[in-house]
Amino acid sequence: MEKTLTIRDLRISFQASGGTVRAVRGVDLDLYQGETLAIVGESGSGKSVTVKAIMGIVSSNQIVEGGTILYRCREKDEWTERDLLRLSRREMRRHINGTHIAMVFQDPMTSLDPTMTIGMQLMEGMIQHLHLSRALARRRAIELLELVGIPEAEKRMRNYPHQLSGGMRQRVVIAIALSCSPDILICDEPTTALDVTIQAKILELIQEIQRKTGISVIYITHDLGVVAKVADYVAVMYAGRIAEKGTVEDIFYDPRHPYTWGLLSSMPDISDESSERLYTIPGSPPSMVDLPAGDPFAPRNAYALEADFKAEPPMFQISQTHFAASWLLDERAPKVAMPDSLRRRIESMRGGERTDG
Amino acid sequence: MFKYVLKRVLISVVTVLIILAVLFTMLHSMPGSPFNDEKITAVQRANLEAKYGLDKPLPVQFVNYLKAMLSGDFGVSYVIQKNMPIASLLRARIMVSIRIGVQAVALGTLIGLLMGIVAAMKRNSFLDTFATVVSVIGVAFPSYVFAMAMSYFIGFRLGWLPLLYSTADAARSTVMPTISLSMFSMATVARFARTEMVEVMGSDYMLLADSKGISSFRLLGVHGLRNALIPIVTVLAPLTVELMTGSLVVEQIFAIPGIGSLLVSAIQFNDYNVVLAVVFVYSIMFISVMLIVDILYGVIDPRIRLAKEDAST
Repeated sequence: MEKTLTIRDLRISFQASGGTVRAVRGVDLDLYQGETLAIVGESGSGKSVTVKAIMGIVSSNQIVEGGTILYRCREKDEWTERDLLRLSRREMRRHINGTHIAMVFQDPMTSLDPTMTIGMQLMEGMIQHLHLSRALARRRAIELLELVGIPEAEKRMRNYPHQLSGGMRQRVVIAIALSCSPDILICDEPTTALDVTIQAKILELIQEIQRKTGISVIYITHDLGVVAKVADYVAVMYAGRIAEKGTVEDIFYDPRHPYTWGLLSSMPDISDESSERLYTIPGSPPSMVDLPAGDPFAPRNAYALEADFKAEPPMFQISQTHFAASWLLDERAPKVAMPDSLRRRIESMRGGERTDG
Repeated sequence: MFKYVLKRVLISVVTVLIILAVLFTMLHSMPGSPFNDEKITAVQRANLEAKYGLDKPLPVQFVNYLKAMLSGDFGVSYVIQKNMPIASLLRARIMVSIRIGVQAVALGTLIGLLMGIVAAMKRNSFLDTFATVVSVIGVAFPSYVFAMAMSYFIGFRLGWLPLLYSTADAARSTVMPTISLSMFSMATVARFARTEMVEVMGSDYMLLADSKGISSFRLLGVHGLRNALIPIVTVLAPLTVELMTGSLVVEQIFAIPGIGSLLVSAIQFNDYNVVLAVVFVYSIMFISVMLIVDILYGVIDPRIRLAKEDAST
């Protein structure tokens, strides 16, 4: 599989009134062609900032302190590699946004221009980038609307966003993102603003498109249910760093970081017959303005070692695909296993899968 | 769109009729009759009333009044220019007032929009601060301050432009009144444009449009400006009417023969036929501007157009 995106040591901070907010503090990520990467984390963990940097969308008070985002793609039968952080806003607009990397945003109720027909919103990218005639762009736009499952596509072209339901609008946003056949689709919590019944349909739609076009997808979400459903590879972010990353099997069946344990334990589970209270991770995420020394998760971590309060743990490699940043993985650390309730849960998930398959 | 416009036009027509009814009632509730002369006998008075149609029942009189007003026959002036038909008295003056008003609105809107957009794009820069200072001055100082300042420095000291309005040199005479009148609308539009643009630029749909990679011209001009215009049009409507009609002081300073000064002298001389005619013309202007604004709303914002259409079907 070809690697299409390589993020190395990405560091981004904000100038806020309270001081410098270090939103992203050294993130390494890889995305392969056709793969689905899910970035999971609480609000403020830096996941949105990371993907917006891939799109070149940086606010004026935001500073990219360092790192590289290498993007590899085929152009005229030749592999080219570019560092997206070195491109100007104008170059990003011309060559990357829409045509190579496109984005689906969180809230479909507000992400379409209320004063423009959805047809025009679909067509304008194609007219600009692919230099299509209006008639041709129109025909392709109708095809796209049909692809994302909008009935009476031709009639809908003339509609304005307020005439469509939330689920329909998100389908339109997806169609817009796909209009110039990008290589990478970034979905920033694409289903959180939608009705539960619509959520699954939108996820299935994105998966189906992925099968048809071989596009790579990056999901940002805090919903582990979504992750389990769609992802190949998972990165768990906490306080601007990656706590643990691995294949979806690594993360769900063999989690190693106490934060991942906490996240998995706090997932509601209907098959769980015990009437135990749903687990929540104690405390709340730290202020990103002045982070404490050591691991920012340590104060909330029941398994924290002395070392956690002194120095931030490096990334330990567990297997070819699986990495975690926790001192528990150091050879000097005491052997600590995941909580029993989580172990039982994982075993029952695996067992369920076996009887299913 | 057609249904929407039709509905707006109908509402405007009804408003004009209501205004005429109010004016008619006001005229009628004046004490006495126009023929309150002791030397006139009862027979003569009856003859005169018959001649002017005042012996007819009230509804008939109202219909006659409507016909006359709508065909532009406002009667004659009693005092200002004796027996001069008011219609011809107004005609020349309206054109001058409208010309200066439209020029001022156009200038104010154009420069205001430009200032607001630049300020929003270059937030917290020198240009932003400059635009803020200019709009505070524009809002804080009444237009006659600018009028006096300009007529002193540009008209008197430098002698570049005529101090007083002259019909022979109409174009150059309107420059100073236009600028002094446009300051307030420029300042208001600039402030609104800045706030709206900042809000629109931070919206999700601008982020999506940006992520499509369209040109910044299209992003700003098509997506940004159109959405920011909706509230700006709302503040522009009363400003326009005010400028076309309420420029009394500036008209006095530059001795402009507009309807503002006509209204003042008509009130001073108790020439109430003229007062009513001017009030009627003001109302018509106000309603026309409102009608245009309503139609503009529909053009700019499909939600308004379609919602109104749905409601009316």
